[in-house]
Amino acid sequence: MSNFPFLSVLTVAPLVGALIVALLPRRRPELAKQVAFGWSLLVLALSVIMWITFQANGDRFQFRESYPWIPNWGVNFTFATDGIALVMLMLIAVLVPLVILASWHDAESSKRSVPVYFALLLILECTMIGVFAAADVFLFYVFFEVMLVPMYFLIGSYGGHQRQYAAVKFFLYSLVGGLFMLAAVIGLWVVGGKTFDWQALSQVDISTGTERWLFLGFFLAFAIKAPFFPFHTWLPDAGGAAPAGAAALLVGVLDKVGTFGILRYCLPLFPEASKWFAPWALALGLIGIIYAALLAVGQNDLKRLVSYTSIAHFGFIGVGIFAFTTQAGTGAVLYMLNHGLATGLLFLVVGMLIARRGSALISDFGGAGKLVPLLAGVLFFAGLASLALPGTAPFISEFLVLIGTFTTNKPVAVIATVGIILAAAYVLWMIQRTTQGTLNPALTESDGMRRDLSLREKVVVAPLIALIVLLGFYPKPVTDVINPAVRATMQDVGRTDPAPTVGSVQEAAK
Amino acid sequence: MTELKLPSIDYAALAPILIMLGAALVGVLVEAFVPRRRRNAVQLALALVAVLAALTMVILHADDRLLTAGQAIAVDGPTLFLQGSILILAAMALLLIGERSVERGGAFVAHAAVTAESLDDRRQAEGVSGTTEVYPLTTFAIGGMLIFVAANDLLTMFIALEVFSLPLYLLCALARRRRLLSQEAAMKYFMLGAYASAFFLFGVALIYGFTSGIPGRVAGVDFATVHAAVTDSPASPVLLFAGMALLAIGLLFKAAAAPFHVWTPDVYQGAPTPVTGFMAACTKVAAFGALLRVFHVAFSGAAWDFTPVLGAVAVLTMLVGAVLAVTQTDIKRLLAYSSIANAGYLLVGVLAPSKDGLSGTMFYLVAYGFSVLAAFAVVTLVRDADGEATHLSRWAGLGRRSPFFAAIFTFILLAFAGIPLTSGFTSKFAVFAPALDADQAWLVIAGVLTSMVLAFPYLRVVVMMWLSEPGDATPTVTVPGALTSAALVIGVLATLVLGVAPAPLLDLANGAAEFVR
Repeated sequence: MSNFPFLSVLTVAPLVGALIVALLPRRRPELAKQVAFGWSLLVLALSVIMWITFQANGDRFQFRESYPWIPNWGVNFTFATDGIALVMLMLIAVLVPLVILASWHDAESSKRSVPVYFALLLILECTMIGVFAAADVFLFYVFFEVMLVPMYFLIGSYGGHQRQYAAVKFFLYSLVGGLFMLAAVIGLWVVGGKTFDWQALSQVDISTGTERWLFLGFFLAFAIKAPFFPFHTWLPDAGGAAPAGAAALLVGVLDKVGTFGILRYCLPLFPEASKWFAPWALALGLIGIIYAALLAVGQNDLKRLVSYTSIAHFGFIGVGIFAFTTQAGTGAVLYMLNHGLATGLLFLVVGMLIARRGSALISDFGGAGKLVPLLAGVLFFAGLASLALPGTAPFISEFLVLIGTFTTNKPVAVIATVGIILAAAYVLWMIQRTTQGTLNPALTESDGMRRDLSLREKVVVAPLIALIVLLGFYPKPVTDVINPAVRATMQDVGRTDPAPTVGSVQEAAK
Repeated sequence: MTELKLPSIDYAALAPILIMLGAALVGVLVEAFVPRRRRNAVQLALALVAVLAALTMVILHADDRLLTAGQAIAVDGPTLFLQGSILILAAMALLLIGERSVERGGAFVAHAAVTAESLDDRRQAEGVSGTTEVYPLTTFAIGGMLIFVAANDLLTMFIALEVFSLPLYLLCALARRRRLLSQEAAMKYFMLGAYASAFFLFGVALIYGFTSGIPGRVAGVDFATVHAAVTDSPASPVLLFAGMALLAIGLLFKAAAAPFHVWTPDVYQGAPTPVTGFMAACTKVAAFGALLRVFHVAFSGAAWDFTPVLGAVAVLTMLVGAVLAVTQTDIKRLLAYSSIANAGYLLVGVLAPSKDGLSGTMFYLVAYGFSVLAAFAVVTLVRDADGEATHLSRWAGLGRRSPFFAAIFTFILLAFAGIPLTSGFTSKFAVFAPALDADQAWLVIAGVLTSMVLAFPYLRVVVMMWLSEPGDATPTVTVPGALTSAALVIGVLATLVLGVAPAPLLDLANGAAEFVR
């Protein structure tokens, strides 16, 4: 079974589905939705088989496939996945069907074609899978850039208030980063002996100056994508304007390409430069944690608030990556997964609230829990997961990041901890203002607020809640897959974990 | 006194040029003898057959590597590759020029001499069949371009420059509507073009003077002599530098590089759109073909001296094109500035003195030609009762009115912006990679930075078309006739194929990337 070309099939399958959905007649939106949903379930099934086939203790890269593409430039369709990419692929496969289900009626509110909306979602899935599955730098770049196009149209055509502005801002920010990366990609190709193969390039020795410039080119693209402070300003706009389903994918998966890119490309390919720039990257991460959390506290728009919380979380991920310990690295990767689940859930639930109320402003809510108790409960749970309450999956990752960082860099870990307090502030305050307190009389007048979660919506949130709780208590299946890949990445950087000192253990024992 | 010897001429190798010039002459006769109502069909068929015949000859002689006609013409890899590209792109342009069903009477004026905006002029705008002289003029221009990229001495190059420039000046003046704008464009192009030609000719004279400084050698302006003089002349290089600068001005003018670009937006806007497409695609190929030959063959010995200057020109061109494109409100002017910026990217490729740089530049020329012709083909279709609606505000909501053409145009714009899986991306890679390999990192960084700026105006058009609501002023897209459809399909398919599978054309360009000196 391990000879089955999982990765290329996984990449192409959503594209085929998208074509089928796009060609369905516009008058039959229900059929388009069903086909899109069914197709995404197929992709999920295939991903699950791949996950089972993957050998956690086997080679670092598995399911490697390579087909020539542009021999003149040494470009190949090379796919391979390590544990980190595998986790992200799984996250995509899980989220997309749920997003399709959650967006069942989203496209109808706009005047645009419904089948096209779902076709765009599937195209987005194709490019997202491709970007994580690629093991050829050129191929990675291609997916990295093409990914913008479906997202651009999802935001621009189906989004809410200020969608044009948000779509253009999103596209331009990402394109700017991408073009810096293009210069670095070409530079890497030149110094690396005209090959794009990741494994060949990771063996190349690069002179210090060149290495730092190339690192910067890649890092800038990833920092914009992730986004890290101060390149984050596009995310609240895009997240606020995008339809809830697309926003869940945008924040849950698309932005992980940035942190994934740092782990897969910046660290192993430019280890010396990574170490040299690490203090700066840590500083950006810390600023992001505090600054974005403060901004989140002050938001009155639900979707923008969730976007800001994500920026704060990306700060944690960045800190975890640049702490250069296996614990922190594993925590960061786990965080990427858990954040995708928790924020994905939060975005979807917030989307359900907004669809009912017809407004994204927190001040338009108040006491909603009295009308829709179940929905309010799920929102509460998603919020708690987002602030990393123990027992939910994000807690484990945040904890791993913090203890992993603490062993090498105490001040950073201490400052990052402040972020946890702020997280409690923005989440709880948001919950309080929307679902608790006295009932806003305007709410009773809107029809939507009288309906609690429908069966469809329950099906959307149930798997995410289950996963968050499950991984909160038993993350081992995931950490087993992530750990070897992170350890290999840290070896690429040339950092070994500090050995636990016996003295401190003994002191602790006393 | 030495006896004059007739140079030997390899007619087979010259066949493409001879076919085009011959067809142009026949076209003139057709004007005189064929009845008016049949002329258009006959002329179009004649021109297309000639282009295809010439293309066939190019393909048949694809392996020729020789100098002929007394060293005046070099038939080598780059020549054949560029001639083939010019012919294919010209065939597409001819399809657009021949289109009669989009506008009654075609895109060209019936009587160019009628006073603009007069009653007669308004009457003829209403569907009097357009002039058919455009075909021989175009054919002459194509013939001149074929010589231009093959010329192996500076005088032949100058003559070729005039042969293809003069018909273009005329063609610019033949737009059916907005006659004043069209005439102004032609006048501007002619005046500035004449200056540029004069600069070029003066440069030839100075280079001739420079080559006469070598003891024991005959002075001349063929590239072998110039090359020898550049590498081992004991004379002061002042004449060489002055001559090179003047030659470069003449060539960069045609290539639309800053600061010699000022004509481009006006001419692109005023000229009939099919002619604009022809200029944007074919003239670019011809001009860069000549630039490549002059700087890689004749002056390669002075690469250290001209590279920084041409590099500065390239950076300036990219900057001017990108920054000014942002402020444009007319689609044709926007495409004109984008074409200027693209000239800058092409110069980056010219400045990579390697086989890869040469083949990359040639690849870029072909890829860009296909895209830009398709873009102008769409522009000819977006129209209302007063002709083409070129103001950008009129394109608002086009995606709702005509999703198919808006989608095509979006694809082309994404290609211009260099999004992967389009030829715009592969061609940028094809010129940036050799430039970085040749340690011209600053050019690549300038290219990348300007690409970001340039993405904005393209994106603005996309936003206009898709994300804005259609207004009353939004024109509809005319259903294209068979000819425009064919050109559009070829252009879009080429843009896609060269983006997804560029290997065959890259192989072809690589195999052709060697000059014969």
